[in-house]
Amino acid sequence: MADLETFRAETRAWLEANCPAECRGPLDNDEDRVWGGRQATFKTPAHKRWMDVMAARGWTAPQWPTEYGGGGLDREEAKILASEMRRIDAQMPLSSFGIWMLGPALLQFGTEEQKKRFLPEIVRGEIRWCQGYSEPGAGSDLAAVQTRAEDRGDHWIINGQKIWTSYADKADWIFCLIRTDPEAPKHLGISFVLFDMATPGVTTKPIELISGKSAFCETFFDDVRVEKENLVGTLNRGWDVAKALLAHERTMIGAVGDMGRPMSQVAVDSIGLDDAGRLYEPMLRAKIAELEIDAAAFRLSMERVGDQVKAKQVSPAIASMLKYYGSELNKRRHELAMSAGGSDALEWESERSNHGTPARDWLRTKANSIEGGTSEVQLNIIAKHLLQLPGA
Amino acid sequence: MPLILTEEQTMLKEAADGFLSENAPISALRKLRDSRDADGLSRDLWKAFGEMGFAGVIIPEEHGGSGLGAVEAGIVAEGLGRTLTPSPYFGSSILAARVLIDAASAEQQAAWLPKIAAGDAIVSLALDEGPKHQPNRIATTAERSGNGFKLNGAKGFVLDGHIADALIVAAKTDGGVTLFLVDPKTSGVEIERTVMVDAHNAARVTLTDVQVDADAVIGDVDAGEAALEGALNLGRACAAACLTGAGDQAFATTVEYLKTRKQFGKLIGEFQALQHRAAHLFTELELAKAATLGALQRLDAGAPKADLAVSVAKAKAGRVAELAVQEAVQMHGGVGMTDEFDVGLYMKRVRVLNELLGDAGFHAEKLARAGGY
Repeated sequence: MADLETFRAETRAWLEANCPAECRGPLDNDEDRVWGGRQATFKTPAHKRWMDVMAARGWTAPQWPTEYGGGGLDREEAKILASEMRRIDAQMPLSSFGIWMLGPALLQFGTEEQKKRFLPEIVRGEIRWCQGYSEPGAGSDLAAVQTRAEDRGDHWIINGQKIWTSYADKADWIFCLIRTDPEAPKHLGISFVLFDMATPGVTTKPIELISGKSAFCETFFDDVRVEKENLVGTLNRGWDVAKALLAHERTMIGAVGDMGRPMSQVAVDSIGLDDAGRLYEPMLRAKIAELEIDAAAFRLSMERVGDQVKAKQVSPAIASMLKYYGSELNKRRHELAMSAGGSDALEWESERSNHGTPARDWLRTKANSIEGGTSEVQLNIIAKHLLQLPGA
Repeated sequence: MPLILTEEQTMLKEAADGFLSENAPISALRKLRDSRDADGLSRDLWKAFGEMGFAGVIIPEEHGGSGLGAVEAGIVAEGLGRTLTPSPYFGSSILAARVLIDAASAEQQAAWLPKIAAGDAIVSLALDEGPKHQPNRIATTAERSGNGFKLNGAKGFVLDGHIADALIVAAKTDGGVTLFLVDPKTSGVEIERTVMVDAHNAARVTLTDVQVDADAVIGDVDAGEAALEGALNLGRACAAACLTGAGDQAFATTVEYLKTRKQFGKLIGEFQALQHRAAHLFTELELAKAATLGALQRLDAGAPKADLAVSVAKAKAGRVAELAVQEAVQMHGGVGMTDEFDVGLYMKRVRVLNELLGDAGFHAEKLARAGGY
């Protein structure tokens, strides 16, 4: 315990000294996030500095082993780091599908060469990754992917189309589910493959959504040559990798259920308090209090699941629970934000509204319960694996 | 602190659950209810509970207790929620014991704590006055009189009040609230047992010119609110644990039923409409468990704002348990409505636990206030 207290004190002092003022406080919008990559953009030079100093300590991926550039922290230390960052409202130094999704899968399934090659780059934010899972015919029924690889000895030739590929137009590399054995049952003929988005034959096209902006793309593969060394895990057993990775993705999407300014603050700023110090709208006030209770319970649930995972007391299907609840919670949060914002939140184009950020964010959340497997799919998984209900 | 039980806590949980399921299954509650038992609980069972160290879970070892913390108190409460066992646990072992440990004089502690721990005496907290929990609005008065005070007022929802060996009465004094240790046999004390919907015990207590000596005061005059606060926080967190236990048990019964009951030629658990509701309920229960353990751990750590974590837990566990018992009755269909079947007993108990020490609305209000909105 004493060691942890020392760790907390040192971490606090280090963050105070190294987290620039520009990198504290809530982000105005999604575009201000630091994503890294070859075409990285930073809102201010301080944001680049913040990413670099955190990466140098491995604290962009605090719990990865130090030999791959990670922070080597145990779970208790990582919790302390997170709480100390929250304390000063420090922004995330690096947002990264590499850290959230691919990295954990590589740690579990990758070869030593793959780990040494890819993980340190991910930690330092040098390579930005996107995920090639969904296809026009394979959304929630993910194992129905049709993008296929032709075996050419030391390499494959890949053809097909992916959809809903977040940030494909800005990503450097893709991790992808590809059908490598068309004869096998649908779960058993898929492989998990990595390749550079700059490879000839890869093209992307953004998709416009109801929010008027989006990170989503359609991605096309036209005779793309991929070396076989970029296979992760066993040939035709990519589904195992995909499942493990989906658990991370679901936990990540679930985690958005607890981000941003407290809804009560948003509402107070917008509509003000009455003489008794209560929000002017009693029904809204009650709904916000209920949301904040659920959000607090959800936060503890995420923490508890993490502790259960560490103690090996938990089924992987529990990620479905976090994904389901977190995304529904986030949708509720944004409905309330729109309600609290009233007519101000309806502005679609104005400096005042930061180009319609509240409305666009609200619309964007409607995808939370679709992407990464719909809420209904998550409930099916809970019913089947956790409750063992018949025929689920 | 990881949000999971330690090895010792897991052992305590197994011991408490094992003891309760063996010695106090739901049939014990039915027997007490159907025989219109005068006490409404089993004294022998409570004594055995004391011998196991559960009645004195938070009482220091020098007073004969187990000297454990809030997490352990919550573990026992959760077990009581699973079996619906009527016992003086909340009133005596949690609320009264906490007040006495935190605020009472050495003489008062020596007189009562060992007896509470052994299951020999029942001490009850007389706090609530109206039908809703409003600890900040106490109308009962204590006026200086003779070498002590004269109490006047009326209390309700006094847990086990009809069989209490002592009452801790909260009354208004000139500069605040003061707590008094009152012998229920004192002239002017009238106690009416109120048989409640869940067949657990509570009483109404009327105080008419009840004369008590100065040494009946617990802690300092006017300083009762601070002494109450610790007890209320622990009581609420334990009520959350009890709600979680009751909700979880009702849910487990329901899931079993979904796997065995056939309708329209299939198991009803095969219907997606019911699967999704069950999966949603599972998720909500996991949140309630996390919120409850988080609150109990914060109490043990003496964390700032632990009271707010307790409000989150009580509100969340209350709503979730309510959903669990409602779904239990609905998914069981007609059988769920019968007295013979147990789920109705869970529904009744959850209703009472929700009112106990503030319902979800009370705690939401508390959080909103603390949040400045």
